Amino acid sequence: MIRAFSYNEFLFLLSAVQWTLALSAIAFIGGATVGLVIALARTSDIKAVRLAATGYIQLFQGTPLLMQLFLVFFGATVMGLDLNPWAAAALGLTLNASAFLGEIWRGCIQAVPRGQWEAASALGLRYPGLMRYVILPQAVKVAVPPTVGFLVQLIKSTSLAAIIGFTELTRAGQIVNNATFQPFLVFGIVAVLYFLMCWPLSLLSARLERRYALATR
Amino acid sequence: MASAYDTTDVPAPRPVSGEVVIRMAGVQKWYDSFHVLKDIELEVHKGERIVICGPSGSGKSTLIRCINQLEKHQKGTITVNGVTIDSAHRHLDQVRRDVGMVFQQFNLFPHLTVVENCMLAPMRVRGTSKQEARDIAMKYLARVRIPEQADKYPGQLSGGQQQRVAIARSLCMNPKVMLFDEPTSALDPEMVKEVLDTMIGLAEDGMTMLCVTHEMGFAKSVADRVIFMDRGEIVEQATPAEFFTNPKSERTRNFLGQILTH
Repeated sequence: MIRAFSYNEFLFLLSAVQWTLALSAIAFIGGATVGLVIALARTSDIKAVRLAATGYIQLFQGTPLLMQLFLVFFGATVMGLDLNPWAAAALGLTLNASAFLGEIWRGCIQAVPRGQWEAASALGLRYPGLMRYVILPQAVKVAVPPTVGFLVQLIKSTSLAAIIGFTELTRAGQIVNNATFQPFLVFGIVAVLYFLMCWPLSLLSARLERRYALATR
Repeated sequence: MASAYDTTDVPAPRPVSGEVVIRMAGVQKWYDSFHVLKDIELEVHKGERIVICGPSGSGKSTLIRCINQLEKHQKGTITVNGVTIDSAHRHLDQVRRDVGMVFQQFNLFPHLTVVENCMLAPMRVRGTSKQEARDIAMKYLARVRIPEQADKYPGQLSGGQQQRVAIARSLCMNPKVMLFDEPTSALDPEMVKEVLDTMIGLAEDGMTMLCVTHEMGFAKSVADRVIFMDRGEIVEQATPAEFFTNPKSERTRNFLGQILTH
C-alpha cells in the first residue's frame, strides 16, 4: 500500500532532525575530548607517544567512515557486546572525529611560535601549566574556524549511521520513501533540512576565519 | 684560559664575591655533526656582569640557552647555584626558577595583559596568591618604568616597552641570574637606549648578568668581563678596557675591526 506524502510525513522527517543533531553533538563532544588528547600526543616530546598518535590518525583518516561504523557495530557483537545502533554510531563517529580534530588541532598547537614555549619554559612552567596557560589559549584562536568547518562535515557524516539502522534524518527519509515512494520529494526535503543545519555553520566558519585574518594582520 | 682580573686599568674596579653562581665545565654540544660548543669552561661569580660577543653562528646564544636548558648539551656539566643539571626534572625546575631570561623577540604572551604576563609564573610556578603576584608585578613594572601600561596587551606597546615588560616578567620570579639573548637586536634604534638603561639599572643593583649583545658601548660601560666567542669556542676573555684596547687574538682583532668601523 502506498501512502501519500502528507504533513505527518513531513513532521516525521522534521522530528528526525533532533536525532541527527543529538548524534552530531555527542560525536563532537566525544571527538573533541579524545581529539585533544590526540593533538597533545602528536606534539609530545616522547617519540613513542607521537608515533602512536600518528598511527591512530592515519588509521581513521585512511579508511572509510562507513567501514569504521561497520567494524564498531559488528565488531562489538563479535566480542560479545550488545551495542545498539545508537551507541555504535556515537562511538564510531567519536573515534573518527577525534582523529580529524586531533590532526587539525595539532596544526594549531604548532602554529604557536616556538618563542612562546621557550619563554614559558624559561619562567619555570612545566608542560601542564605551559600548555594550559600559554600554548592552548593561543592555539584555540587559530582552531575555531577550522573546527566549526569540521562540524559541518560531522553533521553530514552522521547520515551514514542510517546504514547500521540508527533512525536519524537519512534513515527517516528511507522509511518515508518506502511508504510513499516519492524519492525525489522525500530526499529533496531531507537534503534541504541538512542544508539548513549546515549552512549557518559554514557562514559562521567563514566569518570567524575573516575575523581571525584581520586580528593577525 | 686565565681569567683576566686586572684591577689596574679598569675604569671602575668592582669587588666581585668569590661565590660561583654558574659553572660550565667541559661543555660540548653538537647539532648533528655541527660542533656548536667546544669544551666550554666558564665561571660566573655572584654580581658579575658578563658580555658575550662574537660573529653570528659562533655559539654565543647556544651557550646561554644551555644554562637554562632551552638547548641540551651533550657533554660536560653545568651547575647553577649549586645545582647540577641532569635528567632529573626537579633539578631543571630549580635552575629555571633561579635563572631569568630575556629574548631577542621579547616573547611576551600576546593573549595576556602586561600585568598578567608578569603574574603568570609567580602564580603557577611558585604558587603565589593572585593579590601578591599582582603586587610583585606592579613593583617590577614600576621599576622598568611602565606601570601605567599594566592593563594593556603586549601588541599595543612599542618594541622597547615590550622588552622592558619582558625584563619585569623575569624579575618577578626573583632570579639570581639574568640571561639576555641579544635583547636590543630586534628594536628600532630609538628604543635601544630605554632597554639598555633598564639593564644598566639592574646591573647597578648588583644583578648577576650574562648578556649576548652587539652593543659595545654597553659592554664598555657595564661589563666586568667581555667574552669573545668564535666557531663554538671561547677565544678570549678580558676586562672591557683590555678587550677593546689590547685584544690578544687575531680573531678578536678582526671581529672588533668589523663591528667598530661602521
